[in-house]
Amino acid sequence: MTLAEQSTGYQRSQGLEKRNSTARVLDVGFWGLTLLLAIGAGAVLIWVILQTADSAMPAIRAFGPGFIFGTTWNPVTNVYGVLPQIYGTLITSFIAVALAVPLGIGVAIFLTEGFAPKWVTTPIAFAIELIVAIPSVVLGIWGIFVLIPAIRPFFRFLNANFGWIPIFGGGTPRGNNLLLVGLVLAIMIVPVIISITRSTFEVLPRDMRTGSLALGATRWETILRVLIPAGLSGIISSVMLGLGRALGETMVSAMLVGNANRIDISWLQPGTTITALIASQFGEAGRTQVAALMYAGLVLMILSLVVNILAEVVIRRFQNVE
Amino acid sequence: MQSQSMNNTAVDLRRIFEAQNLSVYYGNSIALRDVTLNILEGKITAFIGPSGCGKSTLLRCYNRTNDLIPGAEVKGHLTYRGKQLYDKTVDPVVVRRKIGMVFQQPNPFPKTIYDNVAYGLRVNGMKQNLDEVVEKSLRKAALWDEVKDKLKTLGTSLSGGQQQRLCIARAIAVQPDVILMDEPCSALDPISTMRIEELMKELKQEYTIVIVTHNMQQASRVADYTAFFNAEALDGGKRVGYLVEVDTTDKVFSNPADQRTRDYVSGRFG
Ligand SMILES: Nc1ncnc2c1ncn2[C@@H]1O[C@H](COP(=O)(O)OP(=O)(O)OP(=O)(O)O)[C@@H](O)[C@H]1O
Ligand SMILES: [Mg+2]
Repeated sequence: MTLAEQSTGYQRSQGLEKRNSTARVLDVGFWGLTLLLAIGAGAVLIWVILQTADSAMPAIRAFGPGFIFGTTWNPVTNVYGVLPQIYGTLITSFIAVALAVPLGIGVAIFLTEGFAPKWVTTPIAFAIELIVAIPSVVLGIWGIFVLIPAIRPFFRFLNANFGWIPIFGGGTPRGNNLLLVGLVLAIMIVPVIISITRSTFEVLPRDMRTGSLALGATRWETILRVLIPAGLSGIISSVMLGLGRALGETMVSAMLVGNANRIDISWLQPGTTITALIASQFGEAGRTQVAALMYAGLVLMILSLVVNILAEVVIRRFQNVE
Repeated sequence: MQSQSMNNTAVDLRRIFEAQNLSVYYGNSIALRDVTLNILEGKITAFIGPSGCGKSTLLRCYNRTNDLIPGAEVKGHLTYRGKQLYDKTVDPVVVRRKIGMVFQQPNPFPKTIYDNVAYGLRVNGMKQNLDEVVEKSLRKAALWDEVKDKLKTLGTSLSGGQQQRLCIARAIAVQPDVILMDEPCSALDPISTMRIEELMKELKQEYTIVIVTHNMQQASRVADYTAFFNAEALDGGKRVGYLVEVDTTDKVFSNPADQRTRDYVSGRFG
């Protein structure tokens, strides 16, 4: 090796040392900032939970776990339990998800799988996204003044003809009931399910569809047996998001559920939810009741958490199978 | 004239596909013009030619996957075993069952290896002896030994070459009449490529194969017949593909009739 060669080799190895420039400082600074924000987000969540638990402490001490199974809510005697609210929350959310999932997946398929030309699907997709922008109090008012009068005959029809099925039984329905809340919640969460499912389908490779069709599968077989399984994790996360929204939605429940503190097997009878209870009682609540309401809020948070964890477990299972 | 020579050399062989003045349009631009070409039973026919000359386009006509491309339109005359392929009464789903396809990029479904192979059988209602057919297909595709202990793992977890053989197994499981392959080895290493070429020669005993390839050696190694396509610019600057000549692979590579073919196969092409 000549001297000249050695020196170029030496020159090339220059500059491998750590940069001591502003770029590096920015790098580290940015890393620190994102770390701080991430910790901050977690901290806020924990702070809210702890604060709620703290305010709920008197009620937690007084009622313990029995709070979850109690069925009275009596501010006069200060006896509190939230079983009817838990029941109403779960039933309305279940109805919402049961209605919104098939509808949402169906619409997402319609929009992505070439069932209609672009100039038809684009405005539809846009309109659906706009539903998200409707404030829930507006949906509540719409429910009271438009939906209830319109749908009451249908409720009565269900009650008269299918009353033998317990969930449609009971006295003649007046309008405010669990099914109504479930319906409006479904309207609220369906756009979430559609847009997430749609973007899931949109990123599935075109070759996957062609591969299935080239084997002699029909379009529907391709959708049901290839695309939906392939997009399952996306679909499930959309359902989880929707479910979270339904569990926590307050205005619609408070305005439409009927606020009857009872557990009725029938979906056509008024009921209550945890959010409706808190919204309707908080204004005139005394000290002990505020603690009980905080406790109810805590129960709702735990409920959402449990549902989310369960859903996560279900996803893991599915992903292992597929 | 090219079909003439093919007729002469192959009077005794059955024609699986017969195309006459076949043209394909995407929207209002023409992609492939006036192709007249026969595909013979039990033979491997290779399509070669520069990029964009319509090889894939023609291949997609044979199993009607062009139908899936919005705006694609096929004009002219194309028969499969004497039946008009683009007749209104023909169900493309049935056509695709009989005419299998292997794509340029391996595209296994995100299902288990077993379910990948069984998929075509299931959608076609051929549910008897699933296990047996799956094994047989994987064996034919020279993949069985590598996957027999992990049939329940995801097909997408295999290597590229294995995935492509899985796609071949998937295609032959439904016992098609013809297998169309669009550059099946372009994403593969030389060893996987060699295995797939051997596989094609194997499969020739039972199936008719049409393969698109950019690899001249591959065409000369595996194909009985070779069709050379070219593209020329139209007035508007758009390009249109056409068939230059088709003949036995030997003839096309050693003594082609057309100067353009000679230039292309000897590597003196644009
Ligand atoms: N889906 C499509 N939509 C519109 N035009 C297309 C489509 N597919 C192909 N074309 C056009 O048709 C012509 C032929 O394309 P084709 O894919 O058949 O060529 P090819 O010979 O297979 O090329 P390559 O060797 O690069 O694969 C090209 O000009 C291409 O732009
Ligand atoms: Mg191509």
